[in-house]
Amino acid sequence: MKPVTRRATLAGLGISVPALVTLSACGGGTQPTGSGGSPSSLSVWALTGAKQDTYQASFDAWDEANPDNPFAVEFFANDSYKEKIRTAVGSGNSPTLVFNWAGGTLADYVANESVVDLSGKVDEGLSRTIDSIAQVGQVDGQQYAVPNNDTQPVVLYYSVELFEQHDLTPPTTWAELMTAVETFAAADITPIALAGQSVWPELMYIQYLTDRIGGEGVFENILTGEADAWSDPAITSALESIVQLKEAGAFGSGFGSVSADAGADAALVHTGQAAMLLQGSWVYGTFKQDAPDFVAEGKLGFLNFPAADGGTGDPANVVGNPANFWAVSADASDEVQELAIQFLNEFNLDEAMVDNFLAMGAIPAVEGLEDKLPDLDDGDFLSFAYDMVINAPHFQLSWDQALEAAPAQELLTNLSQVFLGEKEPADFVAAMNATLGS
Amino acid sequence: MTAPQAPAASAPQENQEPPRAARPTRRRGGLRTAPSNWLLAPALSFFGVFAVLPLLGVVVLSFFAWDGLGTPTFAGLDAWFTVFQDPVTLNAMKLTLLMTLLCYAVQFPLSLLLGAFMAGHQRYREVFSVLYFLPLLFSAAAVGIAFKALLDPNFGISRAFGLDILKQDWLGSSNLAFYTLIMVISWSFVPFHSLLYQAGIRQIPASMYEAATLDGAGRVRQFFSVTLPQLKYTIVTSSTLMLVGSLTYFDLIFILTGGGPGNATRVLPLDMYLTGFRSYQMGPASVLAVILILVGVLMSLGLNKVSGSDAMESQMEGA
Repeated sequence: MKPVTRRATLAGLGISVPALVTLSACGGGTQPTGSGGSPSSLSVWALTGAKQDTYQASFDAWDEANPDNPFAVEFFANDSYKEKIRTAVGSGNSPTLVFNWAGGTLADYVANESVVDLSGKVDEGLSRTIDSIAQVGQVDGQQYAVPNNDTQPVVLYYSVELFEQHDLTPPTTWAELMTAVETFAAADITPIALAGQSVWPELMYIQYLTDRIGGEGVFENILTGEADAWSDPAITSALESIVQLKEAGAFGSGFGSVSADAGADAALVHTGQAAMLLQGSWVYGTFKQDAPDFVAEGKLGFLNFPAADGGTGDPANVVGNPANFWAVSADASDEVQELAIQFLNEFNLDEAMVDNFLAMGAIPAVEGLEDKLPDLDDGDFLSFAYDMVINAPHFQLSWDQALEAAPAQELLTNLSQVFLGEKEPADFVAAMNATLGS
Repeated sequence: MTAPQAPAASAPQENQEPPRAARPTRRRGGLRTAPSNWLLAPALSFFGVFAVLPLLGVVVLSFFAWDGLGTPTFAGLDAWFTVFQDPVTLNAMKLTLLMTLLCYAVQFPLSLLLGAFMAGHQRYREVFSVLYFLPLLFSAAAVGIAFKALLDPNFGISRAFGLDILKQDWLGSSNLAFYTLIMVISWSFVPFHSLLYQAGIRQIPASMYEAATLDGAGRVRQFFSVTLPQLKYTIVTSSTLMLVGSLTYFDLIFILTGGGPGNATRVLPLDMYLTGFRSYQMGPASVLAVILILVGVLMSLGLNKVSGSDAMESQMEGA
């Protein structure tokens, strides 16, 4: 081989190498990327954000009481955690405590025997938590996960100021909601802020509407994989209501570019550009942080989602994230599993942790807070949200968490196309029916 | 280039130690023509472990069904059929092709002209050059987040200047988002290619321009008859990087739109990522990876062929 030719070949390779490396690095995913946990010591991964300090404090408390068995703690951003944890669990490199959202993913873990059955072992810890929320951590009647933070119902926020200026009453029925939407749209105010770019806020509409129209049974049929379960008239009716809202100008014209990541949807409300916002209870913290005066002056109102005309669902039902959960990795040694269970019983959601959550305006998923809440700084909101959860006949876990990963992604894409007006409700139903039993 | 170095290094030794008989034979045989192939070993082993091995893993995985948990099960060609029947993926292929062509059409003339300008000797040229160069210094994630804020319909440029033409749903409209992305991508990558062209133009001997001037050629004529032909191989390099690079557009799109609205900006690399790490369908995701690799390799080989691989030498001798 002549030197010249060889150099030319190398130049050719040199160009394609970076592309290859990038591609294979993305596509492979066969190698566990995290440092993971070793089976013989306690480890945990948790999420960054407002609650990070609270988790850290509870691990610190454990470390102090158990200096021989400290936690190795790592924090991840939400999305990167979700992508990382699955390969870690799948490859046996999972941390001892597995942070999760229950639902479809937990069921997957259980089916692969990646997490241990905690039934009967965490009764002390569960004695503190709200029963209906703890039940979300069950798979086939067995307790596999324990609530570890605050309960996150989806709430209809509204601007008290704008409603007063336009002589409107905060909507408790669909008709009132439509009146408010039409009034604000006519006044050139975005009636409802919607972070359409993030897509998941759109789920809240179909979840609440389906529940109000047809009750919680509709989605339960979907979860059990019943054939054509998405064809339920309540789903179509919910989608038509969404189209009706959109066509009335409820979300303004630019909702597709609004992202929830940086709280742009909440910003529309506290800057007076939008009148309402359907979002999780965690957004209260965003309001408090970004617009403390707006909250302090009582300009932020909150409601449960309005009832549907003639709907069979209970208007007291709630959707959202009941809580996040800890599960215990089956890859950990028996001894480490025992330690993790001891942590769940003695330290998880203990009094100190509860107080930390309350201080940031979050409602920990524990019982008996009724008397404590009204005296706190954010007493109005905390009491409202706590009562909403405690009194809810049914707390529906977010659909994208309840479903398995592939249908959940399909749901998000199809739903965003309905909101954009690119897909008819009937096409949505057909596309989603195709995911059942697959 | 490599051949002359060997004698240069060994020459002093030869002078100092002439009596030893055993060594000169080896020196004469091996080193004069080319360096030992073993010098390739470190690079090749890295390439093998970090590129070829994962690559084979991906090819193997494309014949399995795996959701990230448990053990992969053999599924034959299922994933391949799934991918080629999936309207989302077919749409992604179309978008990727369109994006490659449009990005090229925007970036090529812009970076060539900017490069020609930066290579000149105008007043304030260096100030402008610094400005043009800036986007190259920012990480894609930072660029993505900054543009996302800038293009926000409620808090960004839409409202900033009171101009109706700026009042667009830049990233939220299915029709506009794709073209907005092309603009942002071009904004980030044009500086790099301008730099290539600037360097290329600086290499062109001034005597050629002097000769052209004597022949009565104006500036435009000089650009087309001297600059452009002399830049032939810079153009090939830059084009290869642009075209193959467009198969890896991921970070900016991921941050700016995440593939939305709907599937309007779900290009192939993003489709692969979302299929693999959001839907956890590792089989189909691996198929997409294999397709991207094949297209990438074929494209760079093809471009190399077009340019003539033996002509990758400098063509300055002719000057």
